[in-house]
Amino acid sequence: MHKLYWVREMLQETSAGLFCPDGDFYIDPWHPVPRALITHAHGDHARYGSAAYLCTDACAPLLTRRFGPGAVIESMAYGQSLTLGSTRVSFHPAGHVLGSAQVCIAGPGGRWVISGDYKRAADPTCAPFEVVPCDTYITETTFGLPIYRWDSTETVIDEVKGWWDANAANQLTSVLFCYTLGKSQRLLAELATVSERPVYVHGMMLPMIDAYRAAGVGMLPTVPLLEKPKGTSFAGELVLAPPSARGTPWMRRLGQISDGLASGLMRVRGVRRQRAYDRGFVLSDHADWPALLETIAETGASRVLATHGHAEPFARYLQGLGLQSGVIRTAWEDESGSDDHE
Amino acid sequence: MIRFAQLFAAIDQTNSTNAKVAAMTAYFAAAPPADAAWAVFFLTGRRLKRLVPGSSIRQWTLGATNLPSWVLDECYAIVGDGAETAALILDQLPSMAVDADTSLARWVEDRILPLRNAEPDDQEGYVLTWVRELDRWQRLVLFKLLTGELRLGVSQTLVVRALGRTADLPATTMAARLMGDWTPSAAWYGELLSPGVTKDDLSRPYPFYLAAPIEPTTTPAALLGDPAAWSAEWKWDGIRAQLVRRAGEIHLWSRGEELITARFPEVSDAAAALPDGTVIDGEVLAFRDDRPLPFSSLQQRIGRQTQVARKARDIPVVFMAYDILEQDGRDVRSEPLRVRRAMLEQLVTNAARQAPSRAPDRGAAIPLLPFEDPPVRALGPTTLRLSPLVVIGDWEDIGRLRGESRANGVEGLMLKRVESPYGVGRKRGDWWKWKIDPFTIDAVLIYAQPGSGKRASLLTDYTFGLWDNGELVPFAKAYSGLTNEEIAELDRWIRRHTVERFGPVRHVEPIHVFELGFDAIAQSSRHKSGIAVRFPRMLRWRTDKPAAEADTLTQLRRYIL
Repeated sequence: MHKLYWVREMLQETSAGLFCPDGDFYIDPWHPVPRALITHAHGDHARYGSAAYLCTDACAPLLTRRFGPGAVIESMAYGQSLTLGSTRVSFHPAGHVLGSAQVCIAGPGGRWVISGDYKRAADPTCAPFEVVPCDTYITETTFGLPIYRWDSTETVIDEVKGWWDANAANQLTSVLFCYTLGKSQRLLAELATVSERPVYVHGMMLPMIDAYRAAGVGMLPTVPLLEKPKGTSFAGELVLAPPSARGTPWMRRLGQISDGLASGLMRVRGVRRQRAYDRGFVLSDHADWPALLETIAETGASRVLATHGHAEPFARYLQGLGLQSGVIRTAWEDESGSDDHE
Repeated sequence: MIRFAQLFAAIDQTNSTNAKVAAMTAYFAAAPPADAAWAVFFLTGRRLKRLVPGSSIRQWTLGATNLPSWVLDECYAIVGDGAETAALILDQLPSMAVDADTSLARWVEDRILPLRNAEPDDQEGYVLTWVRELDRWQRLVLFKLLTGELRLGVSQTLVVRALGRTADLPATTMAARLMGDWTPSAAWYGELLSPGVTKDDLSRPYPFYLAAPIEPTTTPAALLGDPAAWSAEWKWDGIRAQLVRRAGEIHLWSRGEELITARFPEVSDAAAALPDGTVIDGEVLAFRDDRPLPFSSLQQRIGRQTQVARKARDIPVVFMAYDILEQDGRDVRSEPLRVRRAMLEQLVTNAARQAPSRAPDRGAAIPLLPFEDPPVRALGPTTLRLSPLVVIGDWEDIGRLRGESRANGVEGLMLKRVESPYGVGRKRGDWWKWKIDPFTIDAVLIYAQPGSGKRASLLTDYTFGLWDNGELVPFAKAYSGLTNEEIAELDRWIRRHTVERFGPVRHVEPIHVFELGFDAIAQSSRHKSGIAVRFPRMLRWRTDKPAAEADTLTQLRRYIL
């Protein structure tokens, strides 16, 4: 147990990440490589410096914003396939964020699917997850323990709205911290079902919100906070900001606040109290425990490799169910207690 | 229960003390008195004891979900709280919302307390049935009630403030009424809020005044200014207690607000010589041959309900008085310390004069400790004693005296401003404790596991080893002493340098050296190293020191006298 699982066939673990020798490409490499397939545009999956990138059509504009116009980025539609070496490669929706994909590789080593990050809950900002039958499934396990089980999005959005309303009644500014890519747009899109009020946003949020609007995603109107003159009162308003803005001088403009974090990590009370947020909203872009197990069953995979978060216990649990299972390490933090982008 | 769980959630979901007080005040206004009584019980940190062990809840959780037990261990390591782990995992059992809000009092009195006498199988049946009626927060509250872990995250001060607001009474009255032993009921709650003086007011102690520590990084000279404004006493290593003599009855209260009168009959005997309407503050101390015995001796008198008389002969105790809070029924806490001290000296002298002569040892004035100048004498029957004043010359003298603490069986010095009133709680400024420097040793971090509560998911529980014949032998666990930044840095390092995992416990590369401090040391057959240390904590991260240069078990053993 707890041994590094060495993937011998279709994919190899290398110091730069997962490598496919038959197709001569890497998936989400963490060092520069000649050819990188990117599952989605989050920083721990899309690293700068590779010679050529391949991603989905919807992901490409986000990568361009991240890497600048000089990067060589090719894209294709979900479901379209491409021959690379002796493999056929295709992208399929992962339901994680806009443009996120699972990678399917078919070749002499069988049919492999690399999930990237994914969720099964509906999300108005991206294409819904598609089950792709395969022999070997590499699944993320950011929340791979049975304590992680998500309430419906509707329930969580009602909680957020209830908090916002109660704060407004008390003349407080509601400051909701969330990741700039994915979570903030999902919140803005979901909140549009319960409110029409504009939301103030931190400057770091703007590029990705613009990118989502350009992709046609419907969201509440947003106003950059810094456009407002000094002394403007934000009492009663909702402000979205990245967690890194917490405690910075930027916050001084907001007056009396109540703050919250939207993240699957908030499922655990101690984690919220450690970070001293008033409220934790359990809204995650990752699959919870039941969704992970359900997805694995639906793929029909005879072997499952776990990566990210609670990979070791998750793999051990699958072994107990009689599945062939192991762990793939990442260069990133290995547990959800750490500073991942949830 | 629904209302109480909402109160728990409301308190939990804000960092604003005003919002917490508002939530409690709203609860007290709406709840029936019997419920409010139990709510006060839990809000003030009291717990239902010995109901259901955490292991039962584990077993029931596993039984209801068919998960292997090691999965529960992994979950616990992330959640850091047994009741919450169970509530989160059992979230997969649907909640059948019941319309009626069964009252908190009914829950506690008719359901939870009777569990104590139920067969284990029946307990499981009851609890799993109840769980289905409750939502996630209510389940969390239920499990915390069952395991006695319920903490609501409000200080006593805030509860007192909310109750004072509810009853329109001064906070001091409320604080006194919440001290000590009481049984929550509608009648009790009525008395708690009643405007007049109640019968139970007579047995109650006052809130204890606590000293703030003088940190090793500073000195009295820097902190306290002119030594003439200060009075010094030894810091005794016993049980802080208040002796209450009112209406012909005697009550001895520990600082934990536990009634310990019956454990120390010799103290009650001695207190019979005090006049009615007296409350004194002091230390119950194991004491023989005019010297304090180590705290470990006193521990044999704590919790022991049988053979009290025999134990009292083997390990005699004294009540070392250092303050007076009530004289002739009058609250004298606002008098300056120098005035209260004079009252106390008079009181103890008078008590000695009229004490029965059956005191076992000599009865006359006996020198208390050899280093007093001028000698302050313990008076009369030696169970009730006056904590001697240590004479302050200048801060250097007093520093030298502090250096003798360990040899004299005390923990250091107490420094009190002579003009200070007897305050409430740990209010900084007037009372300080200047403890002796701990023993120190440089040890190597060898294991780490996740912490609990606010440290859930962070690797903050460390095990340290010392060298012995080329091997690192584990000898102490420590949790405190690092800054949040250091904890985060170490957490990241540990995750990347784990050699082996045993469930949530990680064996790490032996690289990092920490200077550990501890207060006492003794031989122990229960520890692999053969040594037990008291209150080990991290003093310093020795980034300058390679692991090979950490200390050895032999070096540690040298501290054992």
